[in-house]
Amino acid sequence: MAGIIGKKIGMTSIFDAEGRNIPCTVVEAGPCVVTQVKTVNTDGYSAIQLAFGEKKEKNTPAPLQGHFKKANTTPKRKLIEFTDFEQEFNLGDVVNCDIFQEGDFCEVVGTSKGKGFQGVVKRHNFGGVGGSTHGQHDRQRAPGSLGASSWPSRVMPGMRMAGHLGNVRVKLQNLQVVKVLPEQNLLFIKGAIPGHKGSIVTVLK
Amino acid sequence: MNLLNVAEQNSIEIKQWPEFRAGDTITVVYKIVEGNKEREQLFQGVVIQRKGTATTGTFTIRKISGGVGVERIFPINSPKIASIEVNKHGKVRRARIFYLRDMVGKSARIEERRVNTTKAK
Repeated sequence: MAGIIGKKIGMTSIFDAEGRNIPCTVVEAGPCVVTQVKTVNTDGYSAIQLAFGEKKEKNTPAPLQGHFKKANTTPKRKLIEFTDFEQEFNLGDVVNCDIFQEGDFCEVVGTSKGKGFQGVVKRHNFGGVGGSTHGQHDRQRAPGSLGASSWPSRVMPGMRMAGHLGNVRVKLQNLQVVKVLPEQNLLFIKGAIPGHKGSIVTVLK
Repeated sequence: MNLLNVAEQNSIEIKQWPEFRAGDTITVVYKIVEGNKEREQLFQGVVIQRKGTATTGTFTIRKISGGVGVERIFPINSPKIASIEVNKHGKVRRARIFYLRDMVGKSARIEERRVNTTKAK
């Protein structure tokens, strides 16, 4: 899919034409540099690789430095491949957030906030087991039974239990672009998107 | 520079209202669209809190309507607000006067604050 790499800035709210207050996330999207053009002849499929975010040269491995030099650009923080762009690109071309228009629907891919080791109530929306009265204690956020007894005599695979929550790749679909500020490279996306402020997100068309 | 501020400044028109704060009695003229027609509705009451920043802030107004307390929250830069009129400045000691909710009748009154209008301008 065509798209752009961006940085999550934070949330705010703006007013639409009817005067409604729309909550939206501000994303600094682009400018992204084309660092590689893949074609069916050379790679078996066609795609372009975009680069976003500045990075110090001393923190960039030499092979990557060469890669960026080929596209005639400075070292970048994030490289992501995109397909299905409408226009043709050459090495070193710049993709801006003006590929999006107000009212477009997009998908956003990011890494969700890490929550650490969490119990089943938070992680899987279990209801918990016990009440706080009738002599019960220590059971309020417990997972309850893990299964039957003599059959199957084991815990079924995939049983939802406590464990690490968050810090995984998340894609949200059907998000609306409320506003585009091409001069500031800012996109306003309706609602929340995954990740911390400052984290890298991919906005797909 | 904080990009969130840049984003807000470029998308929200900051409206110029007369200065008011918690304890003041104000009238908000609010535009309401009914079908194709647009009319204005007045909401008069005591400001019980102002919240947030100059761009995305809100204020809460409380009034007694038919013996029932009614509170309404307005975004300060809402395009639906036609105008705001300050009817009375109130003398209160705190920025959020939620204690007003528990008061009925005479005790729910707020002492008037005298404002030097020449200096304020």
